[in-house]
Amino acid sequence: MPYQSIKFIQTGSLAVGGRLLAEDQRSVQSGAQRSNSLTLGHRACQGCGEALGARIALDACQRATGGKTIAVNATGCLEVFSTPYPETSWQLPWLHSLFGNAPAVAAGVAAALRAKSRDDVRVVGQGGDGGTVDIGFACLSGMFERNDDVLYICYDNEAYMNTGVQRSGATPYAARTATTEPVGPEPGNKFGQGKNVPMIAMAHEIPYVATATVSDLRDLEYKVERAMEFRGARYLHVLVPCPLGWGSAPESTIEVARLATQTGLFPVFEAEDGEVVSATPIRHRTGVRDYLRIQRRYAHLFKPAERTEMIDRIQRGADRNITRFGLLPADDIDAELATVGAGRAEEITS
Amino acid sequence: MLRQIEGSRAVADAVAMCRPEVICAYPITPQTHIVEALGAKVKAGQLRPCEFLNVESEFAAMSVAIGASAAGARAYTATASQGLLYMSEAVYNAAGLGLPIVMTVANRAIGAPINIWNDHSDAMSQRDAGWIQLYAETSQEALDLHIQAFRIAEDLSVPVMVCMDGFLLTHAYERADIPSPDQVDNFLPGYEPRQVLDPAAPVSIGAMVGPEAFTEVRYLAHARQSQALTLIPEVVAEFTKTFGRDSGGLVRGYRLEDADTVVVALGSVLGTIKDTVDELRGDGMRIGILGISTFRPFPSAAVREALGSDGRVKRLVVLERALATGVGGIVSADLRMALAGGGSGRAAEPVMSTVIAGLGGRAITRMSLRTMLAEAVAGALEPLSFLDLNKGLIEREFIRARRTRRSGPVAENMLRDQGLTARIG
Amino acid sequence: MFQVRIHGRGGQGVVTAAELLSVAGFTEDRHTQAFPSFGSERMGAPVVSFCRISDEPIRTHEPVAEPDALIIQDLTLLHQPGLLDGLAADGYMLVNSTREFGELGLDEYAARMAAERLLVVPATQLALEHMGRPMPGAPLLGGFAALTGQVRLESVVAAIRERFSGAIAEGNAAAAEAAYRFVDDERRTAGHHAGVQEG
Repeated sequence: MPYQSIKFIQTGSLAVGGRLLAEDQRSVQSGAQRSNSLTLGHRACQGCGEALGARIALDACQRATGGKTIAVNATGCLEVFSTPYPETSWQLPWLHSLFGNAPAVAAGVAAALRAKSRDDVRVVGQGGDGGTVDIGFACLSGMFERNDDVLYICYDNEAYMNTGVQRSGATPYAARTATTEPVGPEPGNKFGQGKNVPMIAMAHEIPYVATATVSDLRDLEYKVERAMEFRGARYLHVLVPCPLGWGSAPESTIEVARLATQTGLFPVFEAEDGEVVSATPIRHRTGVRDYLRIQRRYAHLFKPAERTEMIDRIQRGADRNITRFGLLPADDIDAELATVGAGRAEEITS
Repeated sequence: MLRQIEGSRAVADAVAMCRPEVICAYPITPQTHIVEALGAKVKAGQLRPCEFLNVESEFAAMSVAIGASAAGARAYTATASQGLLYMSEAVYNAAGLGLPIVMTVANRAIGAPINIWNDHSDAMSQRDAGWIQLYAETSQEALDLHIQAFRIAEDLSVPVMVCMDGFLLTHAYERADIPSPDQVDNFLPGYEPRQVLDPAAPVSIGAMVGPEAFTEVRYLAHARQSQALTLIPEVVAEFTKTFGRDSGGLVRGYRLEDADTVVVALGSVLGTIKDTVDELRGDGMRIGILGISTFRPFPSAAVREALGSDGRVKRLVVLERALATGVGGIVSADLRMALAGGGSGRAAEPVMSTVIAGLGGRAITRMSLRTMLAEAVAGALEPLSFLDLNKGLIEREFIRARRTRRSGPVAENMLRDQGLTARIG
Repeated sequence: MFQVRIHGRGGQGVVTAAELLSVAGFTEDRHTQAFPSFGSERMGAPVVSFCRISDEPIRTHEPVAEPDALIIQDLTLLHQPGLLDGLAADGYMLVNSTREFGELGLDEYAARMAAERLLVVPATQLALEHMGRPMPGAPLLGGFAALTGQVRLESVVAAIRERFSGAIAEGNAAAAEAAYRFVDDERRTAGHHAGVQEG
């Protein structure tokens, strides 16, 4: 097949529809054959990143499996908004059991399929960050350790949104939630930067770990399809902004997700057998202020007065990611260093 | 084939012959021997196709079983005590989803204080989880009940818990007639699920249901479980025809014909009670036994029928291996409801005494049973009593608690009073 | 019904001994039941196991309180409180020891008992000799067969061969056979000394 270089026309959004590409290079969503796994009629909020992420991911999985995907869902927003009695938005076999057991239930489905010699049918487990990094964590780790043939997708919106925006183990530093109110000397979430499950997944040395966001849907599709090329436990961590919980505009979901990547706060990468094999470079390096400012969950960092120390701490976290995952080419780092001034060089390069 | 075999191994043999396709194992005493034996069979290729998963918790064990069952596989696991409590959320979920999982519960006490020995607190804590509960009297019956359990579960799409006394049955070597695989195959057809995750015909299982239909969903679960009251006797009849022995059922009477005093109990203690009753009958006491084999659904009509409606039975002694703290008996409450359900025209209800016995592995001896039953026949048994209760030990703790605010941990105080630190055995 | 209580320490095969005895009885078409005293399975901790042998089906599931025979696998347990509880005057006791019964410090107790029913057997020695491991269970069962006549030696050996295989089975069987001969001799001698007719 002749090589065709891909030219991104809509440079502002990265949301390339794909109709300008050859048939086999087009996105799943641009095809008439897309499966609409999560179809219309669900009850997600306007601008819901999770609904978008789940739809894109499962459609990609359906393409990869020839329409033979079974989905297992943890309790959470996705489960609730997709199956309001007596309706369902799922167009693939779908099972919801409990909040904390989706990885184990998915492992059970995979075991049944193995016993029945149905290796053509594949299993996806999915849940939000609460169901994944907190209450479902033991089941997730067990599934990884046994290397069960399950792709587990975490749609991370960085708090318990279904119950009204409470702090989870994935809630980042300084973020306001209903249980980390922006009051007192340390407003917002006072812990680290949230439990880093992609790294924990890599520590299990499972075949494939990747991160993605809803700002780059082609990348999300690619990673799902790539994941389906492996057998065994696979983990995909997708950042999905939540307009309600983050206090961002519904129409800004894609933009917020993109800023998370362009600041370095959310590194986008792939790992195989515990080693990083690729990272998506930052295209327009952005300071964290631009990301924080458009989310009301961080409003206390700017009003009544700017909390520079807290913002700096967040910036250092972003910088560390940039170094750790090599998100900027080396000469870009030098250029960047010139702009941020002295005293930061060690942190960025070490 | 007759064999002298450990109860756990007999059960493992029976389960293997039922051809489960997914088995989940997490170790907890005294259930471990069962899943160990099954694991060996799978690893040796004697049980195929079967996936044996070593999971990271009981919660995961039941969750894996849920996934497997929903994907159309025959699923099995076993647990006990804390393990059953740890999986409790998933236990309820399996029943709510209508998945016919079979699980052995090797009955054991619940801590604190931690205790590995037998009583029925674990299974009793899950009595309203929506599972059918069968209780075995002997190793043979435990073996038989597992074969019946898969039949009952899959026929009704309701999960079944087979309860066998931890250690007393799981670790005892007794004679058991092990059926042939052909016999089991004839009795137990392949699993045909009512609902299954199938890409060719996608369904959503486990959707949310609000107030508009939740009561109806629950009612249907109740109705479905109640069908077991009709189904179980049929399954037993067929079992008897296939295997040549009568096993399980709703209730089992022993020397009830002319009994004015009836002991009600579950599990392996029934054998000890039978020996005791035979002795007391020799002394002229008209005592009979009503064994509850099916505890969920509660066989109210069968209980009423067994006890007769002519007022012949004057006294009921309910021997319970679990305690509803602050209330007393658990089985007793269901019995009362069953007897009250007989409608008018019945003779006066028998006087009921609840005896809490055998908690945390305390042996229930014939000697103690004799004394207690003689008291019952003499009309001297309290409505609620504790067999072989060491009153001195309790009195000392009461005194301590009265005298000092910081009286310390109760369990340790009692061990010190007994001159024991950690007696085993 | 004949009831046996076995006392030993975790790791000595106390539970296995009771199970083997029940299988031996089963091979003679008798009803048997064996079970442990259900402790935590720690090496070296005192362990008790039970076995019942009967011509009728065994229904009871209570521990053996009044044994017809005691088997003491570990001499260090001999003076533990409760060890001898429930043993009737015509009961049997078999102790794993290289010393004579008279040297065990049980004279006062033994005086009330039938002397030819209280015997020792150097089970650990025999086990070491025949299989190179200090597991006294099998030889004690061989001795038990000789002492009580409740099961035949061949049944004990059959139970051993059913449970174990290869050199371990053969070693255990040989140790059981040696112990049988030892106890049989002791029994005859003791019976002779006590002026009791054999039979």
